[in-house]
Amino acid sequence: MTVTESVRSALEVDKVESHLHPQGSFDVADHVVPTGREEIWRFTPLKRLRGLHADAPLTARSCKATWTEHEGVDIRVVTGDEAQSVRGVTAWAPNARFAARVLAEVPASILVDVPAEHEMAEPIFMEIEGVDLDATMGAHMTLRFGAHSRGVIVVNHTGSAAVAAVVEVVVGDGADVTVVSLQDWAGDAVHLSHHQALVGRDATYKHVAVTFGGDVVRMDCNVQYDGPGGSAELLGLYFADEGQHIEHRLFADHTAPRTKSNVLYKGALQGQGAHTVWVGNVLIRKVAEGIETFEENRNLVLSDGCHADSVPNLEIETGEIAGAGHASATARFDDEQLFYLRSRGIDDKEARRLVVHGFFNDLIRKIGVPSIEDKLMATVEAELAKNVLREDAEVGA
Amino acid sequence: MSTLVIKDLKVSVDTEDGPKEILKGVTLTIKDGETHAIMGPNGSGKSTLAYSIAGHPKYTVTGGTVTLDGEDVLAMTVDERARAGLFLAMQYPVEVPGVSVSNFLRTAKTAIDGEAPKLRTWIKDVNASLQALDLDPTFSTRNVNEGFSGGEKKRHEIAQLELLAPKVAVLDETDSGLDIDALKVVSDGVNRFKAAGDKGVLLITHYTRILRYIKPDFVHVFVDGRVAEQGGPELADQLEAEGYDKYTKPATVAG
Repeated sequence: MTVTESVRSALEVDKVESHLHPQGSFDVADHVVPTGREEIWRFTPLKRLRGLHADAPLTARSCKATWTEHEGVDIRVVTGDEAQSVRGVTAWAPNARFAARVLAEVPASILVDVPAEHEMAEPIFMEIEGVDLDATMGAHMTLRFGAHSRGVIVVNHTGSAAVAAVVEVVVGDGADVTVVSLQDWAGDAVHLSHHQALVGRDATYKHVAVTFGGDVVRMDCNVQYDGPGGSAELLGLYFADEGQHIEHRLFADHTAPRTKSNVLYKGALQGQGAHTVWVGNVLIRKVAEGIETFEENRNLVLSDGCHADSVPNLEIETGEIAGAGHASATARFDDEQLFYLRSRGIDDKEARRLVVHGFFNDLIRKIGVPSIEDKLMATVEAELAKNVLREDAEVGA
Repeated sequence: MSTLVIKDLKVSVDTEDGPKEILKGVTLTIKDGETHAIMGPNGSGKSTLAYSIAGHPKYTVTGGTVTLDGEDVLAMTVDERARAGLFLAMQYPVEVPGVSVSNFLRTAKTAIDGEAPKLRTWIKDVNASLQALDLDPTFSTRNVNEGFSGGEKKRHEIAQLELLAPKVAVLDETDSGLDIDALKVVSDGVNRFKAAGDKGVLLITHYTRILRYIKPDFVHVFVDGRVAEQGGPELADQLEAEGYDKYTKPATVAG
């Protein structure tokens, strides 16, 4: 880069030179099929995606969607022009081929419309059940929360399917919104998704990603801000078993001043070939003065043969920030912790169980949806039973 | 009746230069009702003795025996030793993130007793024990040792000692880093434990200060992995006055 170029790019307000988040486009033709050498695809096993990243058909309906009804909240399937009118509503253009194709090609969208100032008493529970692994499908959903509204939506994915999905979340000014996405798929499912949120002025957004099931699950979770004072908390919990690939990519794009982002993802891995990827990107644009950001990823490796990638990236374009930091750690059981617990009479398996529960506990308590918290504690227990607590598990003396 | 017998215990640790012998033959017998103080300069192997008795994996026993009421302690796993009645109050208790004190205490009590404690009396016992150690009732909702002050960590160790009620307690420099008020509170806790009867205490300390509050029956001076001298409480007074110099300085030729 020449001096002139670097001066120009320093003065540039809207466009950011970065290999981490390529410029988006709604035109599918602008997105070549990824080869796996691109920065944003380098960890993903493309061969196992059933063509979702390339040209697999996206028009099948191989998932069944059901949801709980709520007074005052409009939840429905929209098609045609109406479907197009609820797409691309988060001031974002797709940076990946699959997302551009979902917006362009998928016939219907699910729309959840929460009016301004509406406060939901109960969470919306939506069940997405995969019924056909062989018919690849695309899915689009828009969650639109009006100004000063308040609500929680929990989307639970189960069964077998190969899905490319885009979820757009519009968080109105002053709104308080929680979106929980559970990937509790059967072991053969393939799920490629992009969650894009636009957080309004002084709004509070919490996104929780929980991934246990599936063969390959990759979620890109992005946030931008529509005005100053918005706050985003991005939480994640994952548990990868033998042969599973679980990938979470976060992008907090600070597009407005005095905004906050707080990212905490915790994962455990067990079994041969279990692979997790966490990439946390934060961009603090020139306009985003006085922002605060912190991102953290922790991985607990429970057995041999696992692989955890953890990559925090922070790009800062302004010197005027309130705080910015990140942390990443990947480790096995801490021998000193186990010794301490066992020196109190607690046997090895129980000690390991306590440590893993403790590892996830603080995160689970932050979700704020009691029924989900109980369910997750039970799921962690079930995952542990596969390995750490297995009867014939090898136990140190 | 319980007796901890340590005979000619030899322990080494792995270092970059190969195994290094830390304990070079330690012999001690702690009968119930007795309090033994082990004193010595830094690096004399006091803590190694404590951790070896508890079974820390870092230490390799290369010789000797440890028995509790005739049972071979060295053949037991760490948790089996605790269930057999040994307790180690650690100098540096370990943080266990996400695990609350109340969950930890209940799990430990259940493990030691082989059955879950009765809920109503247990909560009463825990609260009483925390209160006696000047710990706030909300203490039990905090994560184990996470964000605890030095004094809170030690008081938490002694709360465990009282609640788990072992046969023999090994206290590893429980007095280090405590101010005089905290030292009294912790010492009171140890004395309550002793008052329950039939308890053995092995008190490891660098300083004589704690011995004003917890009266030892025997004092052993530890130097270079061995007991260099033993005696009654008067030996502690002598150490207070003279320090460890006479044990650590090379002997001068008499004449």
